Amino acid sequence: MSAGTEAFPGGVAGGGLARVGGGHAQALTEEPAHGPSKRIVVAYGFWIFLISDIILFSALFASYAVLSEATADGPTGRDLFELPTVALETACLLLSTVFCGFAGIGAQARRNTLYYGSMAATFVLGAIFVAIELHEFATMIGAGAGPGRSAFLSAFFALIGCHGLHVSAGLLWLLTMMAQVYAKGYRADIRRRLLCFALFWHTLDIIWVALFSLVYLVGVAPR
Amino acid sequence: MWGKLSWEAVPLHEPIVMVTSAVVAIAITAVLAWVIVKGHLPYIWKEWLSSVDHKRIGVMYILLALVMLLRGFADAIMMRSQQAVAMGSAGFLPPEHYNQIFSAHGTIMIFFVAMPFVIGLMNFAVPLQLGARDVAFPVLNSVGFWLTATGALLVNISLFIGEFARVGWLPYPPLSELAYSPGVGVDYYLWALQISGAGTLLSGVNLVTTVLKVRAPGMTYLHMPIFCWTTLASNLLIVAAFPILTATLAMLLLDRYLGFHFFTNEAGGNPMMFMNLIWAWGHPEVYILVLPAFGIFSEVFATFSGKPLFGYRSMVAATMAICILSFMVWLHHFFTMGAGADVNAIFGIATMIIAVPTGVKIYNWLFTMYSGRVVFEPPMLWALGFVVTFIIGGMTGVLLAVPPADFVLHNSLFLVAHFHNVIIGGVVFGLFAGYEYWFPKAFGFRLHKGLGLAAFWFWIVGFFVAFMPLYVLGLMGMTRRMQHYDVPEWQPWLQVAAGGAALIAIGVALQVVQLVWSIRHREALRDRTGDPWNGRTLEWMTPSPPPMFNYAVMPEIEGVEAYWMRKQSAIERQALRPEPDYHDIHMPRNSSAGFICAFFAATMGFALIWHIWWLVALAFVGAWAVFVVVAWRDEHEEAIPAATVAAVDRANRAAREAALPTLRPVS
Repeated sequence: MSAGTEAFPGGVAGGGLARVGGGHAQALTEEPAHGPSKRIVVAYGFWIFLISDIILFSALFASYAVLSEATADGPTGRDLFELPTVALETACLLLSTVFCGFAGIGAQARRNTLYYGSMAATFVLGAIFVAIELHEFATMIGAGAGPGRSAFLSAFFALIGCHGLHVSAGLLWLLTMMAQVYAKGYRADIRRRLLCFALFWHTLDIIWVALFSLVYLVGVAPR
Repeated sequence: MWGKLSWEAVPLHEPIVMVTSAVVAIAITAVLAWVIVKGHLPYIWKEWLSSVDHKRIGVMYILLALVMLLRGFADAIMMRSQQAVAMGSAGFLPPEHYNQIFSAHGTIMIFFVAMPFVIGLMNFAVPLQLGARDVAFPVLNSVGFWLTATGALLVNISLFIGEFARVGWLPYPPLSELAYSPGVGVDYYLWALQISGAGTLLSGVNLVTTVLKVRAPGMTYLHMPIFCWTTLASNLLIVAAFPILTATLAMLLLDRYLGFHFFTNEAGGNPMMFMNLIWAWGHPEVYILVLPAFGIFSEVFATFSGKPLFGYRSMVAATMAICILSFMVWLHHFFTMGAGADVNAIFGIATMIIAVPTGVKIYNWLFTMYSGRVVFEPPMLWALGFVVTFIIGGMTGVLLAVPPADFVLHNSLFLVAHFHNVIIGGVVFGLFAGYEYWFPKAFGFRLHKGLGLAAFWFWIVGFFVAFMPLYVLGLMGMTRRMQHYDVPEWQPWLQVAAGGAALIAIGVALQVVQLVWSIRHREALRDRTGDPWNGRTLEWMTPSPPPMFNYAVMPEIEGVEAYWMRKQSAIERQALRPEPDYHDIHMPRNSSAGFICAFFAATMGFALIWHIWWLVALAFVGAWAVFVVVAWRDEHEEAIPAATVAAVDRANRAAREAALPTLRPVS
């Protein structure tokens, strides 16, 4: 029951979640007598949440598609988007995902250097991504192309900004996870949270690929 | 310092509002004083407010729904009486007040009555039916409930501080944009729904995972009771549809707070995009509400006919078909947008196709009763009343699905009559059936039967008297949401409708009396066996009320009607199965996370509505701190000793054994 018993290698159950097991006494470290392990249940639930998050983005994508021509005689994507900057952003985010994967391996192998180093690299790359995005936003608003200029820019700022907010929340979560491992070690429930964090971070990557293609690449394409 | 908030926000000049405020304030103070003086506070905090037990959370959801039902119904009474007298005169409600009332009525009835009632019943019954000890994510479940309660709180605060939206239950732009609704009413609406919507999404994630991953051994998909299937379908719809609502309302918030142009008339904004987005959520929402009601009726028809449900597999197929089709019909809410004949025809046909699986369900229920031994207990009467009422509502729905007919009838009282016909006849009757059906399971005693029957008859007669005239008025050309009118021919019908609302009010009063009477005479109504209705599904195997851990040992499931099969074999042998071995059971600990989360969410919502930015930041930091503190806990579970488990189960077994000789085998 105590926290210490959860820290066995391979311990997959435990944490504040439902018991699904049979009528046997179960220590938290055991597999339930039947049914999926707690790790499976948690990851499954988080997948369901991620699906809902993707649907949230799909609504924003749809509104961007509807409004992308509604520039109200204002600037268009061709006037505003700078592909080299966006390429740098993309590189940062994709690279941060690689390090996020390394962090997962580090946690699995309980290698502190690999875990903390990779998490720190993920954080730095994510922070650079957010900084570039904020700079892009500031430049556009400074040039009179803020979200209030046209419906096209409203949809653009909302879509990209929503992704940026997700990355920022992910950065806060990332720091919390580093602190949790530092304070509590590679406990089973902490590792489940790391798994969820990794799923979250990879999902943001996938959404960014769609953003890059549908907003930036299509936006600068000649008609 | 306090943003837009000042003493002018309190409507001192409106007597109706001030008297209501005074009554509510006195009632809340009285209840709080009673709780504190009697020393109930520790009990309420430990056993209810901080509980992560799915049954307790379910009951709290339903309690919230019942309280909000009284609020929403008071709005309805005011609207009906206003329209009954407002022929050629201003009536007794000024327009700006009347508009708030119909907006609040719709918002409250859908988001804070129907939704929490449905989610409450699912929370209470589904883990029991699945043979599970708890839901997949108990703490998340508690947070979800408290966020819903936060939304309800904000809507009610709007009555006393500021105003509520005047734009209808869905805030159609451009009317809901800052240019035309500069007050805080729409902001109250938006933040209340964003917060409660987040709670609903968490609940959806929890229940989908519970049904798909947390079931007793042997509880395969095709052994699950139909209510579990409809819960799965409904929560899949929540996961798929509520993010669209969140995104849409966020866009409107950006328009109002930061000068974006999603739905404005200027700078390329597109108001019709709002209609498309909101109904891409709104139509699935209809099925989020009605599918669980269908599940309840399936349980009720089988139980009170003494027969297995007719066509179990076709019921499952119909449920999942409706689940998918519900996403393909949203455009029928605005045929008059001008999308063109082809688009309208496609959506009209898609809408009519939904009537097919629904018809399958109706026939299944009728055939379940056929040659059964029908027992007319209150849940069964609600179910029978549903079939009659819902068929009428369904047929007027198919009428509205014909685009040319819709061009004539849209925005009229015909439409209002139609959706009340399906939502009251379908959802509300279903919820009341579930309430009567599972009440003895939840509290260990039945509700008084005679009062329940009387409430049913007042409700259903009142319903027909109140809403059939609205069909007529719609055909006479009366549009919805009118504060006054000058067509004398309409008035008699509106007066009849007001009379119907009065009959429903008597029904509601009888339900209150029934609850109070039953609590006071609970010893006489005690359910001693845990199986008051001769039930068929697993939840009737546990004692009433079930222990925190639901099942002393995990039941092995061998068929669709797991409990019925066990009961029949026990009756044949006149003996229960041998006593099992008991072991310690680990259950999640209580958590105050939900309640504290709700405190910060309410503060943040209120601060956002009134533009008190420092408070927004403070509340956000507080919420984050709660998140981290919860993540830092080490002790998540506590053990219930085997001896306690054994004592609970032995008492249950003794009660069952004593009842065995009175039960007859079914040939």
